[in-house]
Amino acid sequence: MSEIQTGGGEQKKGKPKKMSLRVDFTPMVDMNMLLITFFMFCTSLAKPQTMDITMPVKDEKVTDAERNKVADNKAITIILGEENKVYYYFGKPNYKDYNSLKVANYGSSEDKNSLRSILLKRNKVSIANIRKLRDMRDRKQITLADYNEQVKKIRNDKEGQVVIIKPMDTSTYKNLVDALDEMQICSIGIYAIVGVEAPDKFLMDNLKKAGALTAASDFGKAKTK
Amino acid sequence: MSKVKSKKHSTFIDMTAMSDVTVLLLTFFMLTSTFIPKEPVKVVTPGSVSEIKIPDANIMTILINIDGKVFLNLDRKDDKLKVLTNIGKDYNINFTPEQKAAFIEQPNIGMPVGVLQRFLDLKLEDQDKELKNAGIPTDSTNNQFKHWVMLATKSNKDLSIAIKADEGTPYPKIRTVLNTLQDLKLNRYSLVTVLKPMPAGF
Repeated sequence: MSEIQTGGGEQKKGKPKKMSLRVDFTPMVDMNMLLITFFMFCTSLAKPQTMDITMPVKDEKVTDAERNKVADNKAITIILGEENKVYYYFGKPNYKDYNSLKVANYGSSEDKNSLRSILLKRNKVSIANIRKLRDMRDRKQITLADYNEQVKKIRNDKEGQVVIIKPMDTSTYKNLVDALDEMQICSIGIYAIVGVEAPDKFLMDNLKKAGALTAASDFGKAKTK
Repeated sequence: MSKVKSKKHSTFIDMTAMSDVTVLLLTFFMLTSTFIPKEPVKVVTPGSVSEIKIPDANIMTILINIDGKVFLNLDRKDDKLKVLTNIGKDYNINFTPEQKAAFIEQPNIGMPVGVLQRFLDLKLEDQDKELKNAGIPTDSTNNQFKHWVMLATKSNKDLSIAIKADEGTPYPKIRTVLNTLQDLKLNRYSLVTVLKPMPAGF
């Protein structure tokens, strides 16, 4: 405003003093932009996500209840194998029949052969319950705290599915995280990461050789009580 | 004449508003962001649908790169000092005050204890170069990693453990680390992941 007047050139000579009121902010803006750029490159806004896991205490053996569950056909054992393959069997393995071990992948639920669709099929009841709860939450029939509590209850239900994850030496860390992720997606509350044992290795070898090892091994006799 | 002069004036843009905006943005960035910690090795974390955020303070990050090299990162400086003093006691090494200062300055722990003194005498840039090819020994005969973790958890009871491993790391390397932690009766960890959207319908 003042500078427009001074620009007129019709004012008296005493006026130009007013011009000093105007400060040029361009260098200031330059500097600020530089600082912003620096902050954008050198800092991170979002904190990284984490996935919390609890490992079993080492010397604690699997309890009888859990063992029974394996016998009850409740358990699913998944073996993380090489080249992003997953091998799985339900309940107790049948060492006589090499086809009891099946192969799956880490695909989405559209893929019929993916780990997710298999787990979803097995865990149908819980998932249906959780869906119902979510609907109720979305319609504001129950509070969020209630919802969380009930979901937790369903997930940790002792009657629910139990998954045993056995990563082979050939698998990668990504495979493990993916498998743990599937547990979360498929609402499986009870799962454990366990080491691979000789019977599991036998099952895998036998599957690869299409049953050629069945006759030669004594796993079928010794392990099934 | 007057027309020309007024045109000259119109080239002068008022930067005050622009400056206001930039200062505001700057303040926002300064207040909300945290500095990315320097990491000696590049680690690509796998994606997961988990939305739990990493805790703010008292974290020990275990960094595992694709070759299975292990590094430790403690976020509190006084913890680091305590750990170094204890390591010195256990391995009969007397660290000079300069070496202690250098240890705190260097964000990552990743050197075998035997060469730690020589390493800490180096300049920070040279340290980073050397750190890339090092890593804490984790083999069962010389498990210095176990020692570090034990001392770290002893010096800070509230320490939570975050494992940041590369997605391509072979499982045996991860197992070594997990087994070591289990040996120390540490059974709760957070695996650092990047957010992957939950598949539709879940």
